[in-house]
Amino acid sequence: MRSEVLVIIIGMTLVTYFTRFGALALFRFTGIPTWLNRWLKYVPVAILTALIIPSLLLPQGYLDISLNNHYLIAGITAAFVAYKSRNIIATLGLGMSVMLILKLL
Amino acid sequence: MQQSSLISRKNQFAEEVGIALRECTPVVLGVVPFGITCGIMGLTAQLSGFETILMSVLVFAGASQFIGITMLGAGITGWGIIVLTTLLVNLRHLIMGSSLAPYMIKLPLPLQAFMAFFLTDEAYALTISRIPKTGYSVLYQVTVSTTLYLVWVLATVAGVFLGSYISDPLTWGLDFAMPATFLVLLIPMLASRISLIVFGIAGVVSVFGALYLPGKWYIIVACLTASLIGGLLEGESNHAK
Repeated sequence: MRSEVLVIIIGMTLVTYFTRFGALALFRFTGIPTWLNRWLKYVPVAILTALIIPSLLLPQGYLDISLNNHYLIAGITAAFVAYKSRNIIATLGLGMSVMLILKLL
Repeated sequence: MQQSSLISRKNQFAEEVGIALRECTPVVLGVVPFGITCGIMGLTAQLSGFETILMSVLVFAGASQFIGITMLGAGITGWGIIVLTTLLVNLRHLIMGSSLAPYMIKLPLPLQAFMAFFLTDEAYALTISRIPKTGYSVLYQVTVSTTLYLVWVLATVAGVFLGSYISDPLTWGLDFAMPATFLVLLIPMLASRISLIVFGIAGVVSVFGALYLPGKWYIIVACLTASLIGGLLEGESNHAK
């Protein structure tokens, strides 16, 4: 164990923990302002969208809107199944199957 | 009488844990290849197996670990730049923390501090989508978060030990499990006109952000823009009534 690597790991640990606990620690003292409450209502939709859409449209880091983009095709399938069934297992099963079939083709 | 209520409480406890475990399974499946990749990357970047595993045990934040390991591998050993990058990559947790704050703030401080350590994209997504169904559940969040943590650490260990034998598991396409699960969580939320607008804005901004901004900034920028506009629209429609 090199000491400079240990210092880096501990530094990463501390700043990461700060980002995870910071908001809770702050609002514990101040309470949550009403304007923030209204804004927070749409955070779940916004974050989930921001996690999903780029991972489907830019799976390799560049924009790829084509039939060669397996993530996009499987993603559209999964979105359709999710909309119809609201079921994680069905969505994942069909999405992953499409992914696998496209890879084997 | 007392005993039977104790038993029913025990059953509720087991049931809640069971639901949490079942619902997080697909996401856990998606985390495994990332953990294995993290272990392999650590060795490739000339970290020892112990250092790589310690990072997963203490930091527990996939994207920033990948970036930190890549920087170490590229010969960047100044702690300042790596720690600062980690901070920037993980700033999005502040938004998730704020989003969960109305529910978590009533809990005892030590419990909050404990749960905060395990806050990840995946745990946040599962916990927040459970709220409209049955209300906020501490047990659910703790179960989901700690399961994700254990799997992340074990997958890193597996990556360190299997490293030399297997090819990059991210090419298997298993990482698709994560966006697929998030889709199931997202779609029921898109029930109102404002949610659809927020979805559209977040989608466009995140794609442009992913193209032109470094690291994970696209998540922060897209989330701030879209949810802010959502909040403003909500305010206007309230006034109109």
